[in-house]
Amino acid sequence: MSIHVEAGPASAESATAGLVPAVAAIGVTKRFAGGVVANDRVSFDARRGEVHALLGENGAGKTTLCNILTGLYHPDEGEIQVDGSPVRLHSPHEAQRSGIFMVHQHLSLVDSLTVAENVVLGWSRHRGLRYTPRQVEAEISEIAARYQMQVDPHARIWQLSLGERQRIDILKALYRDARILILDEPTTVLTPAETEQLFSSVHEMVAAGRSVVFISHKLPEVLAIANRITILRKGRSVTTVDAAGVDVRELARLMVGHDMPAGRVRRAAAGSGTPPADQRGVLELERVCADGDFGIQVLHDVSLSVRPGEILGIAGVAGNGQRELAEVIAGLRAHSRGAIRLDGAELHGGDPRAAINRGVAYVPEDRMGTGVSPSLSVTENLMLKSYRRDAPHAGPVLLMDRADAQSVALMEQFDIRSRGPHALVRQLSGGNVQKVVLARELSSQPRVLVAASPTRGLDVGATEYVHGVLVDSARRGVGIMLISEDLDEIVELSDRIAVLYEGRVVGIVDAAQASYEQLGMMMAGAA
Amino acid sequence: MIAIERTLDTPRWQRVALPFASLLLAAIISGLVLVLSGHNPITTYEQIYTASFTSAGALTSTFVYATPLLFTGLAAAIAFRMRIWNIGGEGQLYMGAIGASGIGLLLGSWPTPLLIPAMMAGGIVAGALWALVPGLLRAYLQTNEILVSLMLNYVAGLVMYFLIYDSKSYWRDLTSPTALVFPTGKTLSAAATWPGLTIGSFTLPLGFVAGVVLAVLLLALVRSTRFGFEMRVMGDSTSAATYAGMRTRRIILAVMAVSGALAGLAGASQIGDFGHVLDPRGLEQAQYGYTGIVVAALAMYNPLAVVVVAILIGALTNAGFALQGPGFPPGLVGTMEGIILFSVLGGEILGRYRIRIGSQLRPQRAEAEADAAR
Repeated sequence: MSIHVEAGPASAESATAGLVPAVAAIGVTKRFAGGVVANDRVSFDARRGEVHALLGENGAGKTTLCNILTGLYHPDEGEIQVDGSPVRLHSPHEAQRSGIFMVHQHLSLVDSLTVAENVVLGWSRHRGLRYTPRQVEAEISEIAARYQMQVDPHARIWQLSLGERQRIDILKALYRDARILILDEPTTVLTPAETEQLFSSVHEMVAAGRSVVFISHKLPEVLAIANRITILRKGRSVTTVDAAGVDVRELARLMVGHDMPAGRVRRAAAGSGTPPADQRGVLELERVCADGDFGIQVLHDVSLSVRPGEILGIAGVAGNGQRELAEVIAGLRAHSRGAIRLDGAELHGGDPRAAINRGVAYVPEDRMGTGVSPSLSVTENLMLKSYRRDAPHAGPVLLMDRADAQSVALMEQFDIRSRGPHALVRQLSGGNVQKVVLARELSSQPRVLVAASPTRGLDVGATEYVHGVLVDSARRGVGIMLISEDLDEIVELSDRIAVLYEGRVVGIVDAAQASYEQLGMMMAGAA
Repeated sequence: MIAIERTLDTPRWQRVALPFASLLLAAIISGLVLVLSGHNPITTYEQIYTASFTSAGALTSTFVYATPLLFTGLAAAIAFRMRIWNIGGEGQLYMGAIGASGIGLLLGSWPTPLLIPAMMAGGIVAGALWALVPGLLRAYLQTNEILVSLMLNYVAGLVMYFLIYDSKSYWRDLTSPTALVFPTGKTLSAAATWPGLTIGSFTLPLGFVAGVVLAVLLLALVRSTRFGFEMRVMGDSTSAATYAGMRTRRIILAVMAVSGALAGLAGASQIGDFGHVLDPRGLEQAQYGYTGIVVAALAMYNPLAVVVVAILIGALTNAGFALQGPGFPPGLVGTMEGIILFSVLGGEILGRYRIRIGSQLRPQRAEAEADAAR
């Protein structure tokens, strides 16, 4: 059961049937130093008047492909064609001159300027330096009306919601006569009503002969908006399908794939001691709700339980509440409703010190930004939490010589390779930084370990090491919550798997019985 | 292919050599300016040296300027090192002067050994409280401490003027006949005069000695205490500090208070060591609070380096006054100070880069890292 339809130039050509695509990537390969192949012979083409979706999990190569299309990266192999002729794009500016515009998730607007000012910032239809607000405002209103967008040209950006701001960014591209508009996961910041508005604007754009490249990992919305869908997986373009000819199930299967990497043994399948089902959870979440960074509720009634010695995998596509879930447990984010219990006693939210003292260890997703203090030494990072109580001290004075000796022992135990305990953490490789984090978190004898994307960006050796450490800790009775976007990792290590979609637990399955198809469907909100 | 790229680590020798190379460059550029304005740079530098260190009373007078700069330099260094931008040293100095002179007047009959600590405490408390205003606003309301602390400098200045010129306050001299015409502050009793350390003709102010002790203590505090550890983590990464369960608000408040206390001590020393009277005009014209920021920057926020830089800048300021005259406008001294600052800070920033000639291997790695971080 393996589908590997390679979308070569030949098949793309036959599909276009004589039409010259507005933009096409042909056999694009992009390698990064360190042997990472972000794009491996990726091909796709978007016709005039088409919404073409790029669908894939995180790390599938969508962002790299877009950075190539907008001139931020140069492909190592392959080429980009605009209207059938090859182009070499050296900068976003050149891409824009070829009519390719991208609306990023992080919008590029100046808060204190008005909508009209933002739209003409850097480029105006009118030559010269003079800015004629009335004329520009009229033009903006006209474009907005044509594409069914509600826009007040006088409004200042800071007054607008995120959805409205995104509309301005799109309008900016249309004002500059974008022929190919790339939307990078545009619905992430939108309410359902705003999403509908966006979709009708997109329909108007393609009706006017423009092309829209729609990047997403949400299956229902891709099916709703796209004409054709190119599926990316692990840096390759798996296939291009007509949206009319597929269903959610098929797309889910194509997106997550289902071939197990050879040589890996599923922990659950190997029967490494699944704890008895009736054992009480060491960590219990009961109907936990929490708000995200923008004050919008992102966790909805999450109820989960992690038993001692168990690895509970949290699967889901990034941005479905995983980060917030981890932060709520670690005390870095307060929950608005519900209860978190550790060993049966309530853990009050929003107090990281209380969580640490109660035995919650946390390997954060943002390793360099949060997990370590990069300009401090290995020793200092190893005592980042223990300095208050356990680190060697005499009164308020920390005894660094003895701390160094302790950290040398930990460095040996966790195979941290550095020039010594005084080496700065920012000089270490990603794998060694993660080992520092794990050494610190596990040496505190935790009851629970929350590991968020613990192997992201690590090479194969470091990944295996981290996996080994997690399994080992579970064996010693630590309750582990493993949050990861890498489904292979989740399936390989977990005893049970919970799937998060839009901040809700859509299902909890026994890893031994889980199928990739079922998990993929749940992750994409189709179950 | 020539490229300028950022280096992650500067070798130790470079960190030591760089400030000296920068100073040399500053001397060369200043020399050019001096030549252009019709002065002989060599003789001018000789004059500066004599006027700051060797001529009669020069060294004593250098330390008169160095003492307040030592305190305000430490005040800025300790906060900036943690990336808390307290530029309110000026106002905290004024408040410290008000506090110390108030205590000095109130307890003027106390014996000197008790009165000096009391005056110091007055300066510390007043400066710390004034600094806590931007500190509290930053910790609890996320306001920008740069703006708030800066604006409070003007408020503190006005408070000082109000006490002496616009009110019949406790600080104002309302009895002597001249004070009725020209408003002045009350002069403190002789017991409130801080004794200096006299070595031959040279007098080292007590404040300077206290400042050096504090510099050593601050270094020890930052390097080897729990609180210093928290400060260093927070200065490096606020999110790591929060993650580690540190009480970040309390740390911000504590650092602001320490910084304000140091600046307040500068004010106390102005009263006890030198002025013995609250003199709004004199304190305002000196601008020790602002110059302290320059001192801290030149010292790269290292407390011990602040001691050395404070003496150097004190010497230059002192020489500036000595050189001033019809042939040597005060602006020229300011220009030279500016050139030194520019060179040292420029050297510090440029030292983080290197020029590479050759293959294009490294930028690709940077690109890959940027991508991995995404």
